[in-house]
Amino acid sequence: MATHGGPPTVTDLDVGGVDGPRFVGRRRQRVSWRSTAIAAASAVVFFGALGWIVVNAPGWDAFRESFLDPRIFWGSLPDVIKGFWTNVRLFLIAEVLILVLGLLVAVLRSLPGPVFFPVRLLATAYVDLFRALPGVLVIFMLGFGIPGLGIAGVPVEPFFWAIVTLTLLYSAYVSEVYRAGIESVHPSQDAAARSLGLSRFQSLRHVVVPQAVRRVIPPLLNDFIGLQKDTVLVSFIGVVEIFRTAQIKQAATFNFTPYLAVALVFLVVTIPLARFTDWLVARDRAKAAAGTR
Amino acid sequence: MTAAPAPALRIEGLHKSFGDLPVLRGIDLLVAEHEVVCLIGASGSGKSTLLRCVNLLEEIDAGRIFVAGEEITAPKVDVDRIRRRIGIVFQAFNLFPHMSVLENVSLAPRKVLRRSRADAEREALELLERFGLADKQGEFPDRLSGGQQQRVAIVRALAMQPDLLLLDEITSALDPELVAEVLDVIRGLAAGGMTMVIATHEMSFARDIAGRVCFLDGGRILEEGPPDRMFSAPLEERTQQFLERIIAAGRL
Repeated sequence: MATHGGPPTVTDLDVGGVDGPRFVGRRRQRVSWRSTAIAAASAVVFFGALGWIVVNAPGWDAFRESFLDPRIFWGSLPDVIKGFWTNVRLFLIAEVLILVLGLLVAVLRSLPGPVFFPVRLLATAYVDLFRALPGVLVIFMLGFGIPGLGIAGVPVEPFFWAIVTLTLLYSAYVSEVYRAGIESVHPSQDAAARSLGLSRFQSLRHVVVPQAVRRVIPPLLNDFIGLQKDTVLVSFIGVVEIFRTAQIKQAATFNFTPYLAVALVFLVVTIPLARFTDWLVARDRAKAAAGTR
Repeated sequence: MTAAPAPALRIEGLHKSFGDLPVLRGIDLLVAEHEVVCLIGASGSGKSTLLRCVNLLEEIDAGRIFVAGEEITAPKVDVDRIRRRIGIVFQAFNLFPHMSVLENVSLAPRKVLRRSRADAEREALELLERFGLADKQGEFPDRLSGGQQQRVAIVRALAMQPDLLLLDEITSALDPELVAEVLDVIRGLAAGGMTMVIATHEMSFARDIAGRVCFLDGGRILEEGPPDRMFSAPLEERTQQFLERIIAAGRL
């Protein structure tokens, strides 16, 4: 067809005949083609204008030299990736510990009855404390403070305290996610379990928590995207990881391009994880819709 | 041997309030072994609460409850041990949605009675077979019809071999065409001598199966008696009014 857009022409009707749905189908296809074209054109215009403004900025040449040096980029990338391996190890070890500690705190906070009041109080205080403090502060205080006490047998390695800090910080958040999940399981499930003679703990272990965990997997993954990025915080206490590696490179070359390499590494790892989380949420939603019928 | 066996269930002066709202106001009830007692009455008359109290799912305010002669409302009693002997089936089935039918039925025998997985699953399968559900053993609850889910819930309660079975309006959440398959199961259990206390809105079923019918009104048992007399010649005016409304609604 020569013309795109505009009202349906005689040609459209002739090709489709009097077959209504076919005509509608063709029209819908054409409309979607049009919106794609408009979206593409507006993107080109917008980003083109933005690029033009940046490239023509007074400091562009200096910026390009200190942030976008291809030689330094490729030269620093291998070491940056090697540094990232430390972040991966931090992330993997801390994540396992967070999943365990977060669940433990959530369960402790969910224990009913006056007997468990001190336990609930402690768990609540822990969550409040570590959600209130900025992560950098906790890293400094634990990473420098505790080894500084010089108590015999207490580890002094920054890597150890990095794991401890990340675990304490994120378990507070994750325990709240778990707790929301536990509270979303209907009390009739616990009643059914208890009526069969299962103890309070057995009901939690076999009936409530498995259902709760299933429901909170997407928000948990979301927190882990945050954790992945926050592993760079531990560079402040001297763990040589991706950010620290880039800092060293920057100091040696007086050039900021290594940070660009860091940014790209994080984009490459984090965006797929974010998409995966979106996919999981969408799948769960579809499943829930099918379940209610 | 003792002279007379203790009744399966004895309730004395049971009171229960939710906040300021009194729900049970002095319930006395005696259920003999192998007896089937149906509780009837309007919604909010306390039928469900009474059953939940017997299973210790609600804390009671006053009164005492004995099961096979043992006071289960005594302080310091081990509630988990008591609940093992009392099965309850709920209106909304309350199956565990993350477990297959077989796992639903075998969970409590494994975790509470400490049976091995193999033994528990073999016995669960035998029970499922008995109730025509063997082919559903691998399904998850949301793949079953309401009637099948409720039958699984009954099997799950029976797997603990309870001395007493409490049924809390177990057909109220079912489509009418699925009610019969569930009631047939209960008839079979009654014929087998299971002691049951049944809260129900199915009057013809109650008439059919009950050894005794209790009419609850305002948190009290206003009238009780054999089903024939209760349904044909109720003594109390409130009972008459209730049954008239039921007949008008076409439920008897």
